[in-house]
Amino acid sequence: MMVMTDKFNYEELGLKVGLEIHRQLDTKKLFSPVPSELSDKVEFTFQRRLRPTMSELGEIDPAALEEFKKGRVYVYEGNYELTDLVYMDEEPPRGPDREALEVALQIAYLLNAKPVDEVYYMRKIVIDGSNVSGFQRTAIIATDGKVETPWGAVGIPTICLEEDAARIIERKDKEVIYRLDRLGIPLIEISTTPDIHHPEQAKVVAKFIGDALRATKKVKRGLGTIRQDLNVSIKGGARIEIKGVQELDMIPIIIEREVERQLNLLKIRDELRKRGVKPKDIKEEFYDVTDIFENTKSKIIARVIKKGGKVLAIKLPKFRGLIGREIQPGRRLGTEFADRAKKYVPGIFHIDELPNYGISQEEVNKVIERLNLSEEDAFVLVAAEEEKAKNALREVIKRAREAIEGVPEETRRALPDGNTEYMRPLPGKARMYPETDIPPLRIPDDLKKKIKENLPELPQAKVERYVKEYKLDRSLAQTLVDDERDELFEELVSMGVKPSLAASILVVVLKGLRKEVPIENVTDEHIREAFQLYLEGKIAKEAFEEIFKELARNPSKSAREVAEEKGLTLLSEEEVTRIIEEVIQQNIEVVKAKGMGAMGLIMGRVMAKVRGKADGKLVSQIVRRKLQEISGG
Amino acid sequence: MRVDEFLKERNINVGDFVRITKEEDGEEVTYEGYIMPPYELSAGDTLVLKLENGYNIGIALEKIRRIEVLERAKVKPEVHFEALIEGKPGLPEVTIIGTGGTIASRIDYETGAVYPAFTAEELAKAVPEIFEVANVKPKLLFNIFSEDMKPKHWVKIAHEVAKALNSGDYGVVVAHGTDTMGYTAAALSFMLRNLGKPVVLVGAQRSSDRPSSDAAMNLICSVRMATSEVAEVMVVMHGETGDTYCLAHRGTKVRKMHTSRRDAFRSINDVPIAKIWPNGEIEFLRKDYRKRSDEEVEVDDKIEEKVALVKVYPGISSEIIDFLVDKGYKGIVIEGTGLGHTPNDIIPSIERAVEEGVAVCMTSQCIYGRVNLNVYSTGRKLLKAGVIPCEDMLPETAYVKLMWVLGHTQNLEEVRKMMLTNYAGEITPYTRFDTYLR
Repeated sequence: MMVMTDKFNYEELGLKVGLEIHRQLDTKKLFSPVPSELSDKVEFTFQRRLRPTMSELGEIDPAALEEFKKGRVYVYEGNYELTDLVYMDEEPPRGPDREALEVALQIAYLLNAKPVDEVYYMRKIVIDGSNVSGFQRTAIIATDGKVETPWGAVGIPTICLEEDAARIIERKDKEVIYRLDRLGIPLIEISTTPDIHHPEQAKVVAKFIGDALRATKKVKRGLGTIRQDLNVSIKGGARIEIKGVQELDMIPIIIEREVERQLNLLKIRDELRKRGVKPKDIKEEFYDVTDIFENTKSKIIARVIKKGGKVLAIKLPKFRGLIGREIQPGRRLGTEFADRAKKYVPGIFHIDELPNYGISQEEVNKVIERLNLSEEDAFVLVAAEEEKAKNALREVIKRAREAIEGVPEETRRALPDGNTEYMRPLPGKARMYPETDIPPLRIPDDLKKKIKENLPELPQAKVERYVKEYKLDRSLAQTLVDDERDELFEELVSMGVKPSLAASILVVVLKGLRKEVPIENVTDEHIREAFQLYLEGKIAKEAFEEIFKELARNPSKSAREVAEEKGLTLLSEEEVTRIIEEVIQQNIEVVKAKGMGAMGLIMGRVMAKVRGKADGKLVSQIVRRKLQEISGG
Repeated sequence: MRVDEFLKERNINVGDFVRITKEEDGEEVTYEGYIMPPYELSAGDTLVLKLENGYNIGIALEKIRRIEVLERAKVKPEVHFEALIEGKPGLPEVTIIGTGGTIASRIDYETGAVYPAFTAEELAKAVPEIFEVANVKPKLLFNIFSEDMKPKHWVKIAHEVAKALNSGDYGVVVAHGTDTMGYTAAALSFMLRNLGKPVVLVGAQRSSDRPSSDAAMNLICSVRMATSEVAEVMVVMHGETGDTYCLAHRGTKVRKMHTSRRDAFRSINDVPIAKIWPNGEIEFLRKDYRKRSDEEVEVDDKIEEKVALVKVYPGISSEIIDFLVDKGYKGIVIEGTGLGHTPNDIIPSIERAVEEGVAVCMTSQCIYGRVNLNVYSTGRKLLKAGVIPCEDMLPETAYVKLMWVLGHTQNLEEVRKMMLTNYAGEITPYTRFDTYLR
């Protein structure tokens, strides 16, 4: 195990981390054989509303009903080829897709999990509109998996195969626009037990799971196809769900920052308690201080007042100095207040950061006076239309009261720098009931056996094999596997290409071109053909770069066409000999004077003419022979 | 072994919280969860367990090594809904007659079982909006799938509707499964004579246990329509795939045109009566509807059940017609090809049917358009054989109408006259251009 200095003693802090990893599978949609691709082509739209359903006790969640009554409408954008009636909730589901199910079983075995005998699809109620039906279909495929790490084993209690939700395009006041292309793409969901006790351990587990997923060759790649969520808590803190971690390397950083956040929030709590403030001491009293800011230099406030808005203030007793206290690099308790208020206003002002933003000390003093604040008391200001300002301040009050209790349970969003911001409260227990439109699906033991006996090689094993079997440099082998060029690589080797050449072209040459040309246009077929030309002796290995460069720009061409057009096909031995003789004749004086000593000069001049069209080794053989003929005979 | 025997042998009940150890490929796996009742479609040798995270999984019985009960099933309190909704003064009275289909329902989140919600309180909880429009009185008449609906059920519904209307209701809504709703709508259209108030049939294409169900909006729009000025039998369902508006279709001109879409019901050869928005706005698409009046509705429920609906197809054998005649059928509605044709070789059987006093009516399997038996010689032969051409009537409507007509007279001349008389908007006088595929 790596020795490194940790910022915190995680064992002492009782760090607990669990992962939840979602990844799209590259198959048809889960419940209808629709291609699972994204597209910006919108050919039709329709609108729906989602109504909370009655529970078995005949109850409807009052909050959900209230939300419904506000009349929020969901607008769905569709494309005739990438969605169908199933995903418009206009036809019962089909499926589940067999290929997706088999991939899920492969993943289960790669993660040492045990598949269930019969798969039961469930409806998980989601009424934010992201699922047209109002629920997500999900099923457990396997349980009881395990990942070994140097810190100990981490359990994988469940592996689920579910459908992805629609993409959100725009959120308006009364309307949310979704696009249907993503809805129904199979999503594998892997969750771990909260047995991860070190930030680096989380990364190791995520890497292992990611490797298993990639080994199947049936997962989607690219932005948004993988979603890693972290559940982080420390003793005395709270369980925080962090959504949307994209990069593996960010996992330990985000965990460390979350520990830091929780510790600092606990320190603030202790300080508040020491100062003797109770949640109920924070009163929902709004002070209209608009008049104080009538001639303010703050442009934001002036603009609001001009538009008929108000400046409202609330009193936060004993909070002075704590709102401005840093809890994560660059983020303060005040930032957490602002995150909550964001639903209503772009920002808030608090005493610890003032005077600033055009607000003067004089104005601050007047607010202090108006609110009758003591040395320890703080205020928060919001400038907005009155109702919005009140709603925003209510959110601040709620968060301030929570600060006295400690760390509030939340779902937070990962930020690119490793910090997190508030997203929403933790979801309640999911309401799930059976999807009666999909018959239970028995997984026959012989299918299980077939899958288990034909498991793909895990990426790390593959790297080891390449090093051993093909004597590849380890980092080259690793890159081949990481870039998922391994399949093509093995194909080229079986065609007769030397492993080191295949690897260096696939990794070094192709990657090197990335900055110059859109290299993703070069298909496997292009690459295969180019190597075929090389094996036939039609091109030199120096020609690959030029051919791929041209193919990236004109992917409709074939490698053969490019080689011919660009004059990259090799010269015959006679032609090479003729060129060499020509060059020697042009430099005959030097050759005569220096004899074999002219080798470098002649080689250089010849290569300038034939580079990419003749093998350097061949050229040097002929040049040597010719020079020997002249000087020796 | 089957699940029920397996559980019985071990004295385990549905709902018990258990720990199960099974052997999977040489290794042991342990699950904890609640025993679920076996699914209808399960293989029967799988035990369904609800895990604590809410998911169900199936465990093959033969792999189970140990099973221990950790906690016995709790007896669930039965839920009673009392009809305690107080009417608001000034609102019109509307009865909702339940016949089956789950227009409003509640769900058991454990088993997924759906119970119809049909007391006022349940309805009020599920779709509170309707109580702002009318004092709704739910009445569960029977609870059957619409595919099991028989002519005797139409009669029962007709009497129940008449009873409600004649005892002062402002309108009636009939909640009905969608498969045969068109037939029931046609039957009520003929049976309810002197109708002075709205009668609205409504259903749902997506069951009401899902948040996206069309049931609530359909119900809201149908209650709105039941308090309107239209004194006709109508079907009110989604007008398009979105939850925007409903359409009110004339009961004799409406057909289920899609197996699953929520806008499956379409007016055929006719323009719908109105568009209804859930906020109460009604846009009339025509003016010639029957207006509300004080007339007392009468139920004319005389029907002849020995009527068949036969679809013509290439290769159809005249045996089919002969069989019906031999079995004593009194009427046959043919769904002919094109303008209203049958193969020439079955015409002799049709001739024989008519000679034996069987009423033979012609409609078209094109669904859209009007039959015309004068254009081709086959048609002329059929006319000569005594076939009654049913204009632009839907085959299903013609079938229901023929039952009703034959309930009144079996004199073929009388039958012909009645079949060609427009009683409930089933025949349009001329074919409008804007009534095709919309």
